[in-house]
Amino acid sequence: MHNLKHPAPVAFGGGIDRRSFLRLSAGAGVGLALAACGPGSSNAPGASGEQQQSQTGTGDTYDGPAVELAFWNGFTGADGPVMQDLVKQFSSEHDNIAVKMSTQEWADYYQKVPNAVSSGRGPDVGIMHIDQLATNAARNVIQPLDEVAEGLGLDPANFPDAVWNAGVYNDQRFGIPLDIHPLGLYYNKKLMQQAGLDPESPPQDMDSYMQALEALKGEGIQGHWMSPFPFTGVLQFQALIRQFGGDLFNTDATQATYNEGPGVEALTWMVDLVKEGHSPRDVGQDADHVAFQNNKNAFIWNGIWQIAAYRDTDGLEWGVAELPAIGGEQAAWAGSHNFVLMQQRRPEPNKLQAGAVFIKWINEHSLEWAKGGQVPANQMVRDMPEFQELEEQSTFAKELDYVHFPPALPGIGDAMATMDTAVNEAVLLQKEPQQALDDAAATADKLLEENAKKYGA
Amino acid sequence: MATQREALTTPASATSSRRDVGVATTGSTSGTGGLTPYLFLAPYFLLFTMFVLAPAVFGLWISLHEWDFLLPNKPFAGLGNYIDLFSSGSTTGAFFWQSMRATAKFTLYSVPPLLVIPLLLALILNGQFRGRTVFRAIYFAPYVLGVAVIGVLWQFVLDANIGLLNSMLGRLGIDANIAWTTATPWVWVSLVGVTVWWTLGFNAVIYLAGLQEIPREQYEAAAVDGASAWNKFWHITLPGLRPVLVLVTTLTVLASANMFGQSLLITQGAPGNETRTAIMYIAEEGLGNFRMGNATAMSYVLTVFLVLTSIAIFAFFRRFQD
Repeated sequence: MHNLKHPAPVAFGGGIDRRSFLRLSAGAGVGLALAACGPGSSNAPGASGEQQQSQTGTGDTYDGPAVELAFWNGFTGADGPVMQDLVKQFSSEHDNIAVKMSTQEWADYYQKVPNAVSSGRGPDVGIMHIDQLATNAARNVIQPLDEVAEGLGLDPANFPDAVWNAGVYNDQRFGIPLDIHPLGLYYNKKLMQQAGLDPESPPQDMDSYMQALEALKGEGIQGHWMSPFPFTGVLQFQALIRQFGGDLFNTDATQATYNEGPGVEALTWMVDLVKEGHSPRDVGQDADHVAFQNNKNAFIWNGIWQIAAYRDTDGLEWGVAELPAIGGEQAAWAGSHNFVLMQQRRPEPNKLQAGAVFIKWINEHSLEWAKGGQVPANQMVRDMPEFQELEEQSTFAKELDYVHFPPALPGIGDAMATMDTAVNEAVLLQKEPQQALDDAAATADKLLEENAKKYGA
Repeated sequence: MATQREALTTPASATSSRRDVGVATTGSTSGTGGLTPYLFLAPYFLLFTMFVLAPAVFGLWISLHEWDFLLPNKPFAGLGNYIDLFSSGSTTGAFFWQSMRATAKFTLYSVPPLLVIPLLLALILNGQFRGRTVFRAIYFAPYVLGVAVIGVLWQFVLDANIGLLNSMLGRLGIDANIAWTTATPWVWVSLVGVTVWWTLGFNAVIYLAGLQEIPREQYEAAAVDGASAWNKFWHITLPGLRPVLVLVTTLTVLASANMFGQSLLITQGAPGNETRTAIMYIAEEGLGNFRMGNATAMSYVLTVFLVLTSIAIFAFFRRFQD
C-alpha cells in the first residue's frame, strides 16, 4: 500500500499516519540495528585520494579529519534510490566525509529516532517533515540550526516565506528545507475528450470545474472520486479551507477554526460531490488513485509525488495543473522535507561541520531530487533551465506562492488528526459537515490546551 | 522437604500418573533440598521479571503521571489519567470507551465462529481420506502470512468500488455495491471474516492435536453399543476436548481482544472511529501522540477487563466439568 502513496504520509498529522506508525513494516528493527553501528570507523567506501573535490556554491568546505555521518530518512519509495545516488555522488566528491544512509518507513522513523537520540545512538543528520519540526524540537530530538544556516550562507530570499518560516520554533531554526511537495490537479485526458472537454485546458475555477464534472456525468463518468481518508481527502480539505478564506487554527493556534464558515463550505463541497454523484460513495483507501490510473476517475487532487506512478501507468493519458480555485482564492496544501541535525550526547564539531557541508551540497544538487517528484525548496535550483524543463514539476511549482503549512507548534499533529475523523464521517455521509467539524474541533481545542501546558512547562 | 516426604511415601507404581513419577524422580536424585526447583526456575523468572513484571510495575508508575519520556518534567497526576477515562469532558474518555466497545464487539462477533468453524474443520481433517495432509496445510496456510500482507490483500478485495468481491457479486447479479470497509455493519462482517479466514488454521491445528489424544477404544466401545455419530461427538469428543477447549477459548478471546492490525490496515478505524479498537487507540495515544500516562492508564483498565474475562472463561468450564 505504501508504494501507492507518498513516501511522506506520516508527517501531516493524519490519523492514517498515526495509525500506520505501528504498521508491521519491513523496516522494523532497522533503526536499532543501525544505531548499534553508530559513529566510529571513518573509512569511506570509494573514497580515494585521487578524487578531486569539486565544491559547488560558496565553498563551505570541510578540511578536518575523516568523519562518518549517519543519515536517516524515510524515503522508502521511488525517492530512496534517488537520494542514495546523491549520497554516493557526495561521498565520492568528499574524501573525508562518508555518509551512511539508512531508510525506514516514515511511521517507524518518527517513532525510532526519538528513542535512538535519547539513548545516545541517534544519527547525525536526518530528514523531517515540516510539521514535525516543532514537536521534535520541543522534545529535544533535533538541535537548532541557526549557526549552520548562517554559516552555509543560505539566503532566506531563496526560499518561499511559508516554508522558511515554518522551520522556526521558539525563535530558533530547526530545519533546512530540501523540497516542497504540494497537492495539485491531475486530469485524465482520455475521459475529458470523451466528455467533449478540451484535454489541454483543465478547469481552474469553481464554475468550469462543476461544468466539467456535469459533462463527465453526462457520459456516465464520476469525475472526482472523493476519498474519506487523509490521503487524499483530508489534504483536499486543507487546501479547500484556505481557498474559502479560512484556516485550520486561529493565529496563535490555541483554537481550532476549521469548523467555522470556510471549513464548513469546504467540507460541504466535498460531500456534495458524493451526494450529486460526481464521486461514488464509500471510496476506499487509494481507490481514487487506482480509479484514476484505470481511466475511471477524471480528476484527482494528489501530491506531486505521484508523477512517477502516473507516468509508469500504461495507457494513461494525463496532465497536471494547479489546483482549481474552488473557493475563490488560490490555495494549496503542501508538505516539505527538511534537513535536521539530531541532538547528540557528545557533540562533535567536526561532524557538525561535515553535516553542514552535506546539507548544503544536497540542497544545491536537488535538481536530481526534483526529478523524482518534488519541487526544490531552493530557488536557485528552481530557476535552472533543467528544472523548468520538468513539465509537471514546474507546473506544480507555480503553487509555491500560495501553499500553506500547519503552525509550527509542538504536538500540532495531535490536533490535526481530529480533522481526519471529521472528514471521514462527513464524506462517508455519517454526519453533516457542520456537526462532524464541531465535534472534532471540540476535541482539538482540548488537545491544543493540554499540549500548550505539556510543552510550555 | 515436602517433596522428599512425598517421594518416600509415594511408591512410583505403574498406576501413578506421569506427574507423580516426575516428583518422585526429583525428590530422590536431589540432595540439595528445596533449592533445586527454584534454581531451575531462576532463569525464566529473571526474564519474566525483566520483561514482564518490572515493565508492568513501571507502567503503573507511568500511568500516575503526565508522561513523555523525552520531556524533562513529568508532572505527577495521581489518578488523574484514570479519572479522565471516566469523565466525558476529557480528551480520552469518550474515545477510550468507543474503542473498548469496538474491541468488545469484535470479540463477541469473532470468538464463536473462531471456536466452531475450526472444530468442524478439525473433525473433517481428522478423518481418513486421500490428500488429508494437503488440506491440513491449505487451511493452515493463511496463518503463516503477516497481518500487513493479509491487510493490504483484503483491503483491495473488499474495496466498495474497485474491489474484487463486489465485482464478483455484481457478476452474480447482486449489484449492491456493499461498503465492506467503510460502513457498519459491513466493516464488522469484513473484520470478522478476514480474521476467521486468517487464523482458523491455528485453532484447527490445536483441535486436531486434541482429537488425536482421545483414545480410539472409546469410539470403538461406543460403536459396539450402537451410539450415533452425534452421540459419539457429544459424549466422547467434546468431553475429551475439554482441556483443549479451555485453551482455545482463552487464546481466542485474548487474541480477539488484542485485535489491531486488521482494523489499522483494512478499515483504518472507519467509519469515523467506529472500528478503532482499544489497542489501536492506546498505541495512537501513547506511541503516536506521546501521551504515555494516558496510554498506560488505558492499558491497565483494558487489562482488568481481560483478567475478568479470563476468570469467567475458566469458571465457565469448571462448571461444565462438575
